[in-house]
This record gives sequence, C-alpha cells and structure tokens, in this order.
Amino acid sequence: MSEASHPLDLESPRLSVKKPAVRFDKQGERPDDERLGAAMTSFVKDFGRATAAYMDSCIHCGNCAEACHFYLETGDPRYTPIWKLEPFKQAYQREAGPFAWLYRALNLKPAITVEELESWQELLYDSCTMCGRCTMICPMGIDIASLVGLARHGMYQAGLVPHELWAVAERAEREGSPLGATPKVLKDRLEWLADEHEVEMRLDQPEADVLVTFSSIEIMKYPQSLVATAKVLEHAGFTWTISSRGYEATNFGMLSGNVEWQKHSSLKLIEAAIACKAKIMILPECGHAYTALRWQGANMLGRPLPFRVLHISEFLAENVANGRIAVKQVGKSVTFHDPCQVSRRGGATRAPRVVLEALGVDLREMADSGDVGFCCGGGGGVITIHRADELRYKTTALKMRQMDATGAELPVTSCSNCRQTFDDGGAHLKWDKEMTSLLELVADSLADRPAGR
Amino acid sequence: MELLELARGPGLWFALAVFGFGSLWRLWAIFRRPGKADYSEPRSGAVAAGALRAIATRMWHHRTFRERTLVQTLNAYGYHIGLAIVFFGFVPHIGFIHRLTGLSWPAVPGWLFVVAVALVFIGLIYVFFARLTSPVQRLLSNFDDWFSWFVTILPMVTGMAVIALPLQATYPPVPLDPVPVAIHLLSLELLLVWLPFGKLAHVFLVFVSRGMTGAAFARKGAGL
Repeated sequence: MSEASHPLDLESPRLSVKKPAVRFDKQGERPDDERLGAAMTSFVKDFGRATAAYMDSCIHCGNCAEACHFYLETGDPRYTPIWKLEPFKQAYQREAGPFAWLYRALNLKPAITVEELESWQELLYDSCTMCGRCTMICPMGIDIASLVGLARHGMYQAGLVPHELWAVAERAEREGSPLGATPKVLKDRLEWLADEHEVEMRLDQPEADVLVTFSSIEIMKYPQSLVATAKVLEHAGFTWTISSRGYEATNFGMLSGNVEWQKHSSLKLIEAAIACKAKIMILPECGHAYTALRWQGANMLGRPLPFRVLHISEFLAENVANGRIAVKQVGKSVTFHDPCQVSRRGGATRAPRVVLEALGVDLREMADSGDVGFCCGGGGGVITIHRADELRYKTTALKMRQMDATGAELPVTSCSNCRQTFDDGGAHLKWDKEMTSLLELVADSLADRPAGR
Repeated sequence: MELLELARGPGLWFALAVFGFGSLWRLWAIFRRPGKADYSEPRSGAVAAGALRAIATRMWHHRTFRERTLVQTLNAYGYHIGLAIVFFGFVPHIGFIHRLTGLSWPAVPGWLFVVAVALVFIGLIYVFFARLTSPVQRLLSNFDDWFSWFVTILPMVTGMAVIALPLQATYPPVPLDPVPVAIHLLSLELLLVWLPFGKLAHVFLVFVSRGMTGAAFARKGAGL
C-alpha cells in the first residue's frame, strides 16, 4: 500500500481516511508463512506472566459477552470478548503454555493459519474498542482488553491491520499526526486561533512549568478546545507552552499494534517535556492518549518520567479544588460520558465529577456510569474503520439511549474521540443532542477573577 | 491386589501426587514467564491490598451485571457450595480424610447433605444444558469443558451407588460391597489427576488472575 493512496477526509463528522474504493486489509507482499512467523514471534514475546495467568484461567463461562456492547447490541456470539482472542489463546497453548510440548507433539492444538488471523481481524479491530468493560465482569478477573492490545501487536507484525487504521497510523509515523496536523498546520492554526479569539497561544517557549499536548482531532475538528486550553491556563496563571517538537498526543501506533510507532510518538512528547523542563504534561481530551502516555509512556522510555502526566480533567479537578481555577455556576442538568481509557482503565473517574460539582450542574448519572459505563463505540481505532460503521452505530445508539434516559440537557465528555463518535453517530442516528467538551464547558464558565489571585 | 486396595493405596497416592505436582507445575508455568517492569508513576502503592480486594470483591458481580448473570452465578454458587458440603461434610468422607490426615470434624445434618447433593446434580445438569444451548458458551466450549464436567459429576454418580447406610451412620472401614466404593474412589482420583491440567485448575488460578488484575488496577487507582 502506498501512503499517497489514502487521502484524508476532514469534512465529515468523523475524521479518518476517505472510504477506500478497494480495501487493503493485508499490508505488504509477503508469503503467508512469513506473515504467520512474524505474528507468532510477536505473540510469544507478549506471553508474559500476567498474560499466561489470564490465558490459563478462562473457564469459558461467557460472562464477558454480557458486558460487551457489540454482543449486547447484536446477539452475535462471535463478539464474545474472550472469543476475539481465540487465535492468541491457541498460539499460547501451542507455543508457550504449560503443555505446549504436548500440544505440539500430538497436534492437539493445530497451528494457527494466516486465514484464521485474517478472519479474526474484524473481531480484534472492528468490534473491540478495548474499553475493558468485559474485565469488570469476568469472574476470573481476566483483563481481556489488555490481551486484545497484545494480540494486535502480532496482527500488525503479520500485516493484517484494517486498511484505514493502518493508513492513519502510517501517516502519524510519517508526518507526526494521523490527521495531517503537521507542525506547520499547528502553527498556522494557533496563529489563526490567537487572532480570532484574542488569546495567547504560547508555542515553543524555551521553558515552562506546563507542557500542553493536543489530539489531532482537536487540532483539525475541534480547534475551540485549543482555545479553551489556553484560556484555562492563562486564567490559572501557569507558565505553559505547546511544543512543535511534541504536541500530538494520539497514538495510533498503540491502536494499530505497532510498538515501535507507539514508542516514537510517546518519545516525541517526553523529549519535548524534558526540553522545556516541564513539571506537568497535560494530556488532552483523548482517552487512549492517556493510556499511551500516563500508563505506558515511562515504559516506552525505560525509566520513570521526570514530570507528572495529567489528563486535562485531572488538571482541571486539581486546580478547581485548590482554587487556582475559579468557575461560575452553569445551572444546567448534565450527564457525563466517561471515556473508558481515562475512567475505567485510567483511574481518573472522579476527576470530571469534581469539576462538574464545581460548575454547580445537576449531574444525572446514567444507568451504567463511571467504571462500568458503556463505551461510545468508537474507541480503539474503531471510529476510523469504514466497514465497521453500521456496527459502531448500534453501540453508539445504546449509549445515546442511556444518556437520553437521564433527561439531562447537556451530555458532556472529556474525550475528543468519543465526541466525534457521538457527532458522527448523532448525524447518522438523528440524535437531537450534541456532545459537549468538559474543558470547553470550564473555559466558557471561568470566573472573571481567579480565586486567590 | 483387590480393586479397593488399589484405589485406597497406590491409586490414591498416585492421584494425590499428580494433583500436587501438577498444580505446582501449572503455577510454575505462569510464574516462570517474564514480568514487565512498570515505570509509570503509581497512583497508589497499595497493590497487595488491591490484589486481595479483587479476589474478594469478584466473588459477586457488580450490580450493573447482576441481572444478566444472576441465574448462572447463583447456580455456580449452588454447586460449588454443594460440592464442598458433600466432600467435607458427609460421614464416610470425613472418615476417609481422617484416615489420610488424622483430622476430623462433625458431619453436616442429613437434610443438609441431601440438599447439597441436589444442588450439585441440578447445578451440573444446568451447566451441561447451558453449555449446549447458549450460543456463547457453545462457541467457547472445547474438550476441556466437557471432560471437566464429566470428571466432576462422575464421583457424584458413583457416590450415589455406595450410599447404603443411614446418612449419619459410621461406615465400616471394610465395606460390605467393596467394588462400588473402589469405583467411587477411583472416580475421585480421576478428578484429582485431571484437575491441574484442565479448566478445573481455576480452583487455584482464580486467585492468581484476580490478584494480578487487582494489583494492576490498584496501581492505576482504577476501580474493579
């Protein structure tokens, strides 16, 4: 596949590459045994202690299906989360499990084939957002979402990533952004936003306490988020900067399964933060960016990070609580959609609620909220994949029904990927609401004078 | 050698040895795999507490999931508790354990034993048909599931054939009809031999997998 054949679609409610006329879901020209070898090498490398424990512990109860929005909305048993890992499990039992020698000698577990991996591509990518809701129900406590992430490593090595996800990941590696938010585009947009909104956009300051990062979805689709970030930081009186060396927080290397690309993306941000001697790196309203940097960034570097990493909702919560950010009362009823990677899988479930409390909203939690909330349906790179659209809309509809049931006026989230999933789903499903950004809600509600200053 | 002697002697010791060493082997096979260093700044250092909490709290589903899993969960509790009562609470079984270890305790009342037996049979039959009829479970099922089910219900079936005296009566050390007792014991030994190698190993792996996830989530400050 050539990169030139994947033009971006920046006009539709969902940003990705344009719908391909011909799909290339198998990358490169390689013999099948070579693909398989690459997948197996990657799988075996990822069979660490926790993976082995999980692989050995499954009792095939099928409870995980009852937590998965893809299964619940379709009733298709293939969407049972643990079934999505069947080739990975098969590889474990044959190559690394306690009885691998026996399985191989007697061929009790047949070797997986490229055809098998190809047929599992849809299950590992299109119908899994790695939201981890299945982890919450598994009676054995198996963290299925983490296993899907590992299985994707092998799929990438085999060249079996869905066309669009591969294309945006490749663009991110080549240009520094999956959606064309190159340093020049960023600079132009920052200048335009500074003029338009009369706000200071601090780019490439030599030193700053806070390094701000963005999601390319924000840069290209929701530029008001950049303005909101600047307004909040100016209001709170931080020295801050955006760095053209490292600003793109999305990590499509991680989503596609390419560990090297994941590392490159993470190191750019880390090096930018070190260069400006930042004490805090703020991650944008982006769920997987939080996993990539907050929980995996230091591991990419190979040592602890010399700065704190905060999701923007954590940053807001911390500074609302200490009075550095002062807000006016919003006076509306709100329901909050938790981005899975920030709340359930990131541990920051409380932060947005602290902020909403300060805004004085009437918070109406959904039937399933917080750590057990449903995913928007577009996480894990699913939003980029055109062939997954119809399936995705079903899962988004489920979440919309839950939000509608609260009767809240304003649906709010703190993830731009969730936001565009609701924008796209809303346009398709004719939803009468529009998802609001928590950050923008705060920026629009800043008190005239910061408290204590 | 009589069949009962075989079952009570070499057969039993063989089964116990396979059970013990097999379980250790299964655990070793997990813990020999490399662990990954995690350099991320932990939100909480209470990872051991997180592991223990996950082991305890995952005993019961979060309320969000209860409705959809209630029957399956109650049934699982029913036959697991039933099995424990049958194995540890029935007079001849206590006698068996006493001969083996020197330990003994009072038996459960007869009515409780009967209820436990019923729970086990009903539960295991439910499990069998659920696995056959649920599209999800049918898709997931393999030889391990069916064979594990078989070796679990077999001692129950063979056990029914040797209940000859009143439930609370002390059984003689040498049974009047030794062959059914030998078969019952051999079926238990089959269960012991299979346990470490199939999904029945969840009796100890449950603590490992829950604990690992609990520790990882506690480190992130995430609820589980």
